[in-house]
Amino acid sequence: MTMTQQEPAMSNLYQPTVMRIASARDEAPEIRTFRLEFTDDQYKQDFYKKYRVGMFGLYGLPGAGESTFCVASPPTRTDYIECTFRRTGRVTAALQDREAGQTITFRGPYGNSFPIDQWKGRNIIFIAGGIALPPVRSVIWNVLDRRSEFGKVTIVYGARTVADLVYKDELAQWEAMDDVELITTVDPGGETADWKGKIGFVPTVVKDSAPSPEDCVAVVCGPPIMIKFTLPVLTDLGFAAGDIFTTLENRMKCGIGKCGRCNVGSLYVCKDGPVFTVEQVGKMPQGDL
Amino acid sequence: MKTLEATKLADLAAALTAAGYRVIAPCQRGDQVHLECYQAGKTLRADVIPVNSAKDALFPRSEVIGRYRFEGNEFETVPVAPQAGKTVLLAVRPCDAAALAPLDAVFNWDYKDEFYNAHRDATTVVALACTAADDQCFCTSVGGSPDSTANADAVLRPADGGKRFILESLTDKGQAIAAAGQAVLTEGQAQADPPAQVAPAFDSAAVTAWAKDGFDSPLWKELSLACMGCGACAYTCPTCHCFDIQDEATRREGVRLRNWDACGFGLFTKHAGGHNPRHDQASRWRQRVMHKFAYFPERFEMLACTGCGRCGRLCGNGMSIREVCSQIEQAAQAGVK
Repeated sequence: MTMTQQEPAMSNLYQPTVMRIASARDEAPEIRTFRLEFTDDQYKQDFYKKYRVGMFGLYGLPGAGESTFCVASPPTRTDYIECTFRRTGRVTAALQDREAGQTITFRGPYGNSFPIDQWKGRNIIFIAGGIALPPVRSVIWNVLDRRSEFGKVTIVYGARTVADLVYKDELAQWEAMDDVELITTVDPGGETADWKGKIGFVPTVVKDSAPSPEDCVAVVCGPPIMIKFTLPVLTDLGFAAGDIFTTLENRMKCGIGKCGRCNVGSLYVCKDGPVFTVEQVGKMPQGDL
Repeated sequence: MKTLEATKLADLAAALTAAGYRVIAPCQRGDQVHLECYQAGKTLRADVIPVNSAKDALFPRSEVIGRYRFEGNEFETVPVAPQAGKTVLLAVRPCDAAALAPLDAVFNWDYKDEFYNAHRDATTVVALACTAADDQCFCTSVGGSPDSTANADAVLRPADGGKRFILESLTDKGQAIAAAGQAVLTEGQAQADPPAQVAPAFDSAAVTAWAKDGFDSPLWKELSLACMGCGACAYTCPTCHCFDIQDEATRREGVRLRNWDACGFGLFTKHAGGHNPRHDQASRWRQRVMHKFAYFPERFEMLACTGCGRCGRLCGNGMSIREVCSQIEQAAQAGVK
């Protein structure tokens, strides 16, 4: 190649954009939410062209690395994105030590999304446990921001203790809404003297509240143990496996179907997921989950 | 036809180097042969299958995919564009050339990986037809052959009892090699030597068929007992492409690296929260076999194994995917689930 030839402009899939932390909020012990603003308008425009609720991103801090979390804010909020994550390892610890005004990196959005346009006119029950409310919360707000398009909205959210509940302000907001039924619960022993919600495990609370499966989809996210015991409850209530949606949280590095880490059978969770119906999950090799 | 005296392979490498190519060729290193960058004085060996595969040149074991600088608590990212110099893979085996198909597939099936593609586009493949095979070779069991020209831009065929090579150009890139090496090539006639006999080791269709329902087979435990989880098989495999992304930094600057990884490592799938879907070596070996013979064919309609036999040659415990697939075929024949 001679010097006079124009080399094709090369982009870099792995090049993150820089996001400014507009605000940081501690949700619960070890759990923190960042509201992030794009510093690159082009990236922002591209992001919102692609972003559908349920997609995820790679959040990072140079020198520490990148971690995979959902985008916890819905596509109906176009001034910022939010992420909520637990301090678990080296990267999440480094990220949590960042403060409002500072920057972190982001790549995304990646993955598939919740098919909420197919849910128009239907009732929706959201069931979440612990730190798994963030991926559900983006769907909840997406639905509530387009409230008239959907039927009855029920939210069941549980955590081990009252202190472990995330988005406490928003729980109060949902509680106050006439057209949302909110049920909160904490594990036995996790209640405080002034706790007004239920006391019990999520599967039991779902069973007792007995939501009607009629024209209803369920979104279920939580620790594996919660999912394991909640699904049979929904099945007994008459929910079809194709109407129950969840997200898989496999470890990822690239997020774009290359690095092989998130594979479950022949699936790339990062590309074919992270959103799957329980029917789809049931057909996967269970030993890879 | 263009021919090259067998003793002049290094001269061809030198001519191509002089023409501006980075020449990756089978070089003698101690008592081993490695595919590495040719430099004057190195001895080339066309008679031994190199320890490492040709993927190293297209998908380096460690590659910078990001850069940044620090100033106190703040950082700035420094754009990194994929860069690749004109490269020739000289005298690589047909099983190495065959491996480019699965690599091309995975690095381009949805998002296009610019780093891989930059290397790939800059690379010319000059395959070396095999006239001898060892007891680990099994290309014929996975759809290849010792004189296959799949994905090659040119092929060197041993001729006249090994005295010389015939250089056949197959593409424009291949013709550029013939032109660049003109000074050491001769126009003449030669009789190509017969390709190596590679006895079939197993029926890959039977392995794929068994694997379809074989996920929960108790056989995996038995098949994987010898595995130490060292990852040598994946690192030497021409098609294995799993990677990790890690940052390395000082106080002032840092890089983000893409490093080879392997599904045989215990940490590969381990969640930060502690859960590990593939929690034992049996499940990790199952992934290795299933990925190559069941998942990859399902996804990309091709096997992710080219029968090079490197995993078997290198394994410290004498395991090989060839042996495991043979055992799976026997189990399938015996009706063992």
